[in-house]
Amino acid sequence: MEYLIGIQGPDFVLVAADSVAASSIIKMKDDHDKMFKLSDNILLLCVGEAGDTVQFAEYIQKNVQLYKMRNGYELSPTAAANFTRKNLADYLRSRTPYHVNLLLAGYDQADGPALFYMDHLSALAKAPFAAHGYGAFLTLSILDRYYKPGGWTGEQDASLLSILNKRFILNLPSFNVRAIDKEGVHDLEKVCGREREREGRERESR
Amino acid sequence: MALEDLCGLQALGGSLRGSLGVGRYLDRSPIDFGQTAPDSVPAPDASGWSAGGPGGPDSAPGAGPDSAPGAVPLPFPTAHGTTTLGFLFQGGVLAAADTRSSCSGLVACPASRKVVPLHRHLLALGSGTSADIALWRRILARELRLYQLRHGRRLTTGGAAKLLALMLAGPPGGGAGTSRGGARLYYVCSDGKRLRGELFSVGSGSPYAYSVLDEEVRWGLSVEQAARAGREAVYRASRRDAYSGNCVDVFLVTARGWPNDEMSARGME
Repeated sequence: MEYLIGIQGPDFVLVAADSVAASSIIKMKDDHDKMFKLSDNILLLCVGEAGDTVQFAEYIQKNVQLYKMRNGYELSPTAAANFTRKNLADYLRSRTPYHVNLLLAGYDQADGPALFYMDHLSALAKAPFAAHGYGAFLTLSILDRYYKPGGWTGEQDASLLSILNKRFILNLPSFNVRAIDKEGVHDLEKVCGREREREGRERESR
Repeated sequence: MALEDLCGLQALGGSLRGSLGVGRYLDRSPIDFGQTAPDSVPAPDASGWSAGGPGGPDSAPGAGPDSAPGAVPLPFPTAHGTTTLGFLFQGGVLAAADTRSSCSGLVACPASRKVVPLHRHLLALGSGTSADIALWRRILARELRLYQLRHGRRLTTGGAAKLLALMLAGPPGGGAGTSRGGARLYYVCSDGKRLRGELFSVGSGSPYAYSVLDEEVRWGLSVEQAARAGREAVYRASRRDAYSGNCVDVFLVTARGWPNDEMSARGME
């Protein structure tokens, strides 16, 4: 039901997440942010079981910030990803595993952009593009076909998400989109489905 | 608790206290405020990083929310026979709930209170077992008052919601209140979810209430219209949902708190 996607460009990483917070059949919130800022240039996108996502992501977030306070410099995206994986793996065989699927995206001044895919069994893989959720079945093949390491632009992201509007049976009305480059994290314009734009216009005209 | 002590129930290994995980908070605070007690110092982590386990400030790495000694699973699945709702509008936060307490198909109490004030500026709307709501109301009210005494200011609505969410065993419900920053509405669930929003409804009748509310609620409502919308939504939900019904309680929280002139003048409380 929830959807995350990340795409690495030549000198940036583009990430998007749907913005629905659901409880059984009800959409409780349609402007929910699933991205957690670990540092000035690392974002953690987290979906999965309801309470686990926020608990785990905030735990990682606070620990990354603690590292910076103690040592005076920030963790690199690779180090943060490995730290996250280690924690997830440690809890995996405890009595309270965290059922979360993650994307970690960051920009390192030395190594450039990085995108990491992590699943609830704490498998970690660095990838040029990655997605979580049922929507991944529809979007990964497009990326396989059209992605080139030097050639992904922001406009293609909106057209990628429109395939979900066309083919996915569940309605994912809007997506939060962010880009990370050497200047840090930038909020991009939310991508909305056609229905949501219409709703927005109706609400304003009431 | 007093009865437990009198009956010497500690001998059972604290099994009663462990259920739902709430036992840890009956006689100690979830926020340690820097005090140290023999059992609250977390074991040092091998890597030297110990910002507290994700399950809460007092769980050591490797422990989780359910590893309190003697924690037992619930004996039966609890139903949430209720309709409660809250929404923000220009006049503050409106909270409404039905008053039916059901117990396995019969109405145990037709006049129960599901909107429980925690203090003058904070209401809690509960869905779940009435015993849990009553217990958590008291634990939360205690913690909020302690925070206020220690820090000289009230804990914000978001902070109170976060506290409840971190204690992690609260029944689903919402908290509506005003604090520095204006009116806020939070939904907190026993699985740890905490959402901030402008309109929530909780309980078995909530889908029915959501549909009615989505049609009627907008920011510019007057107090009367908002109260009518809230009452109508709970009424419609209680028509369709067997476990909601009887009367409707309507509360309004403004910057001046929930006992305020707008509502009592109209005799709606």
